[in-house]
Amino acid sequence: MGDWQHFAHGADIGIRGRGATPAEAFAQAATAVTAVATDPSLVRPQAAVRMQCQSPDLEMLFFEWLNTLVYQMATRRMLFSTFDVRIEGDRLEAVARGEGVDVLRHAPAVEVKGATLTELAVRQGPDGGWTAQCVVDV
Amino acid sequence: MNLQGVRRESEYRWVIDPEGAMRASAVLYADAALLRDMDDKVRQQLCNVASLPGIVGAAYAMPDAHWGYGFPIGGVAAFDAEAGGVVSAGGVGFDISCGVRTLVSGCSREEIVAVQERLAQELARAIPAGVGSTGRLRLSDAEMDAMLRGGARWAVSRGYGIEADLEQIEESGCIAEADPAALSQRARERQREEMGTLGSGNHYLEVQSVTGVYDEAAASAYGLRAGRAVVSIHCGSRGLGHQVGTDYLRDMAIAAPSFGLALPDRELACAPIHSSLGQRYLGAMRAAMNCALANRQILTHLCREAFRRIVPGTEWRLLYDVSHNICKEEVHVIDGRPRRLHVHRKGATRAFGPGDPAVPTAFRPHGQPVLIGGSMGTASYVLAGSATSEALAFSSACHGAGRSMSRHQATRQWQGRRLVDELAARGILVRSPSLRGVAEEAPGAYKSVEQVVDVAERAGLARKVARLEPLVCIKG
Repeated sequence: MGDWQHFAHGADIGIRGRGATPAEAFAQAATAVTAVATDPSLVRPQAAVRMQCQSPDLEMLFFEWLNTLVYQMATRRMLFSTFDVRIEGDRLEAVARGEGVDVLRHAPAVEVKGATLTELAVRQGPDGGWTAQCVVDV
Repeated sequence: MNLQGVRRESEYRWVIDPEGAMRASAVLYADAALLRDMDDKVRQQLCNVASLPGIVGAAYAMPDAHWGYGFPIGGVAAFDAEAGGVVSAGGVGFDISCGVRTLVSGCSREEIVAVQERLAQELARAIPAGVGSTGRLRLSDAEMDAMLRGGARWAVSRGYGIEADLEQIEESGCIAEADPAALSQRARERQREEMGTLGSGNHYLEVQSVTGVYDEAAASAYGLRAGRAVVSIHCGSRGLGHQVGTDYLRDMAIAAPSFGLALPDRELACAPIHSSLGQRYLGAMRAAMNCALANRQILTHLCREAFRRIVPGTEWRLLYDVSHNICKEEVHVIDGRPRRLHVHRKGATRAFGPGDPAVPTAFRPHGQPVLIGGSMGTASYVLAGSATSEALAFSSACHGAGRSMSRHQATRQWQGRRLVDELAARGILVRSPSLRGVAEEAPGAYKSVEQVVDVAERAGLARKVARLEPLVCIKG
């Protein structure tokens, strides 16, 4: 069972996901992105959106994944709370579930402008678990 | 900050001499207290910037500098294309051409206070703000291209504002050599519904009053008088600029090895100015700058309309509009010789001194207005570019207070509702769709803007002209 957290970075916010596999860590990190704006438990997983991206480098794939998610959040004006992520080779496919921004209920604090390369890391720990993290610009 | 190896050259100028991969010095403008409180990452990032090819002079940190990505926020660096100089997406940032514009009026503070509640309500209704908000405009592809080439000039031609506004904007409201074709489809899509929106985070529209005048002559030329009301708008290029930053950060990071660039930090991703990628980025960034200028112009129009409904007959004249996340081609005198340089200012404001031909004629004897944003409960400042700034940091000054604590720390320390109530008790009405957002932007989460501005003045980067205090704050 993975988890997510934020870590401090001056004016911006660090997001980190942990899981048994890179895909699970990526999914947890996506929840951390939602949590930058609102409490993910307030977001109803009503509508599903398919997303995909590609990169030969696992860290850059994580960067692409977050930016794909940010793009979908921005253009669909949605927040997402559950993520089903699959990684095969250099390709990521995901289904994110969420709903349109409800200002009264979600009271979203700040929008994520994009993922940065700062503190970008995807690594396996001594316990075999995976961590995926970077700073996002807000 | 660890001060080992930092040489104090004067009371407000600290120098790190080149070592290792550094091709130039790193120079920090601060007093001892501000420097001590700066993160070590500022030092590291500034030294990294000083190691980039083609850097001219030094890598500079303004008094409000803090940890950014690649470049520190509050960082200034200039590069010579003819000397292999680079342009860096991280050196501009995601919110391309984020900046401040200030409007002046004949309205007194008392006139605003008399209608303060209604005005706050009307502005909150009229100005789209916060996550998920959309503007009234939907741009076709052709209109998007026209906006990206025309900037504020395009907005005025479509009825948002008046011709006289344009003279009071950097580059007369239109950045030349913008290249809409260098934008991705994603960048266009992100902007489709975001024209005329404020955004979130530290962006705001404030109705303020002039509570202090330090330079009567400059203040008079700028149209600032004690007790008068002004409006300041802080925002940038919205989703389009964010996507341009994202796209080119990735492209530059991937391409760096092909240019033979050994970067100490991936986030310094850059490309030679003369490369195809460097030129594409510059074209896309200039288009995003026009987007920011158009956006602030539309917001100005919406603000003027809202005022007319509440205070009929008031006229709001644009004082000035200046960006603080940019890379611009400018001529600076280096060792007595004029050189054409690409000056990156990331969280730093251009501050041309008296006599500079780029400054509007009426302001020219006093220098360019330098607009320094505050944070809800704190003051903002109008400064003037000084004669000494050119030699100190390519005519640059600070851009705001700069954060002193993370958003997470801020939400643990303050509650949004209580903060709104406390500010209301002090005569400042805050309207925001998010109380958590208000807590994250608590005035106490920022450094003292007074200290930052005083140091900027004492260091010779800019002169204080006037102090502004908020009456109404619309936050995203």
